[in-house]
Amino acid sequence: MRRGIGFWTGLCFTLLISAFLILPIFASVIAGVTANQFVGISSGLTTRWILDVWANYGGTVLLSLQIALVTLVITLLLGVPAAYVLARHAGVTARLIEEALVMPVAVPGLATALGLILAYGAVGGLRSSWYFILVGHVVFCLPFMMRAVLAVLLAIDLNRLEEAARACGASWAQRFFGVVLPNIRGGILAGSLMVVTLSLGEFNMTLLLHTPFTRTLPVGLADAYTALRTEMASAYTLIFFALIVPLLSAMQWVVGQLDQQGGRR
Amino acid sequence: MSIAISLRSCGKTWAGGARGLLPIDMDITAGETLVLLGPSGCGKTTLLRLIAGLETPDAGGNVLFDGKDVTRLPIERRNVGMVFQSYALFPNMDVTGNIGYGLRVRGFAKNEVQKRVAEMLEMMQLTEFRNRSIDALSGGQRQRVALARAIAPRPQVLLLDEPLSALDARLRHQLRQEIDSLLRALGITAIYVTHDQSEAMALGDRICVMGAGRIAQIGSGRDLYHHPANAFVADFIGDANRYVTQTGEVILRPEELSLRSNPNAAFMITRVTFLGPVLRVTVRHRDGQELRADVPDDTTLQPGMRVEVIVGGSALTKAGPPALE
Repeated sequence: MRRGIGFWTGLCFTLLISAFLILPIFASVIAGVTANQFVGISSGLTTRWILDVWANYGGTVLLSLQIALVTLVITLLLGVPAAYVLARHAGVTARLIEEALVMPVAVPGLATALGLILAYGAVGGLRSSWYFILVGHVVFCLPFMMRAVLAVLLAIDLNRLEEAARACGASWAQRFFGVVLPNIRGGILAGSLMVVTLSLGEFNMTLLLHTPFTRTLPVGLADAYTALRTEMASAYTLIFFALIVPLLSAMQWVVGQLDQQGGRR
Repeated sequence: MSIAISLRSCGKTWAGGARGLLPIDMDITAGETLVLLGPSGCGKTTLLRLIAGLETPDAGGNVLFDGKDVTRLPIERRNVGMVFQSYALFPNMDVTGNIGYGLRVRGFAKNEVQKRVAEMLEMMQLTEFRNRSIDALSGGQRQRVALARAIAPRPQVLLLDEPLSALDARLRHQLRQEIDSLLRALGITAIYVTHDQSEAMALGDRICVMGAGRIAQIGSGRDLYHHPANAFVADFIGDANRYVTQTGEVILRPEELSLRSNPNAAFMITRVTFLGPVLRVTVRHRDGQELRADVPDDTTLQPGMRVEVIVGGSALTKAGPPALE
């Protein structure tokens, strides 16, 4: 098949745009392993910057992972039952709450953080502990978990399945753990990956909530940049990618699997 | 193991104040198959859900299983089996898992579960599909899995909510015969909801015709057909002409009418349709009333022809005139 000039122009344009988007990432990855940034890649490759980052900022990476995992556990424990309750109620109130779930996304993270500081900043030692950041991340991530789970709950005729389980003699616990949870595990998985990814990358809110002793990965990254240590910042970015890219890929894969299941039905 | 069911002034008013079901009394004998028949919104499914324990009746209503008041018992403690319109099979379990679910949650021993599931698979001719996922089953197979799941724990009562309505006509016909044989073999008290009168005729010991939240008539199919309590029942069971004479309205089945050519008769043929076994002829009286008559195929009957309408000697119309003027 002969392709016209339109095709080739289109292809060039697409490649150009892709390059424009990928180049900064690539540049930063290279910078993170280049021995001397001013000389360039010819100065040789090194892991020195990565080790430096680990020595100086290792704590932020660990704290970020810790916060992401605890956020995940809390959003699971709160979000899954909350979504279940919302899905079971057909009333106007339930739909209003559902609508309200998008609100935190619409409010800038800085504003939410300010609200948290004003409301709880003076409570005990909360302001200086990492729990304060945790609270912010839970507030920010909970709606995402709930929406992911709710979408699946609404897609699987929940009431009918529960009635069928009841007719078989199942108690509430038996049908919740035996029928409801297994049938929404796709939504729970999608929500979990979303929460971990969002928590790891959260900067807006964390910038205000953190203290010098409770810095997370994105805050530390910003610090490295502002300290004009670009090679360190680049190596830092590399570590961030190593954490986030597998998560994002897993998320895409899960969503793809869910779509396929949806198509089969 | 089958039980009698009694309802005492069971009504259902929905949250908005709409009356789903007006207070009714009903007795279902042990081992009987009762069909609840009616158009959508007539309250038949509500009545079934009251018996199941998925809804509770308005204050003052009672549901009795063998004389014991179960009104406050939820469905999971009533020992009933239920088949839903959409089957509601569990997508996270295969065929075996679905059929054995009721046994597992009741705490049966593993080998007992396996034994009973194997029996069910055999009985429903599902053995070769035992490890299939629900997605990989045809409509008829899903239907059989739903039935097997409902009866595996040997319930006292089997409740079926339009179990065949999602299937095509041929399969529906075949499965309703299978269900009929199954219910007879089990000897279980069964309540079957449908809006299809031929299904009701094929299955029920008794049929309860419902309309607008109340019982229109309960009786055998033959009773309902030949002695409908009112025009609603007559219309719903079979085809019926409603014809007003000097003495009042009569209900005439098309097959009990015959036609005789007579140039001076009051009726004129307006339409002739060949249906196969019979010829459906529509005639119009001078006063404008129309009647449908099913007669043996006869090519001489043509639109525009004047005919007498003769009513056969059915009990329904004994009071009416032998030939309509």
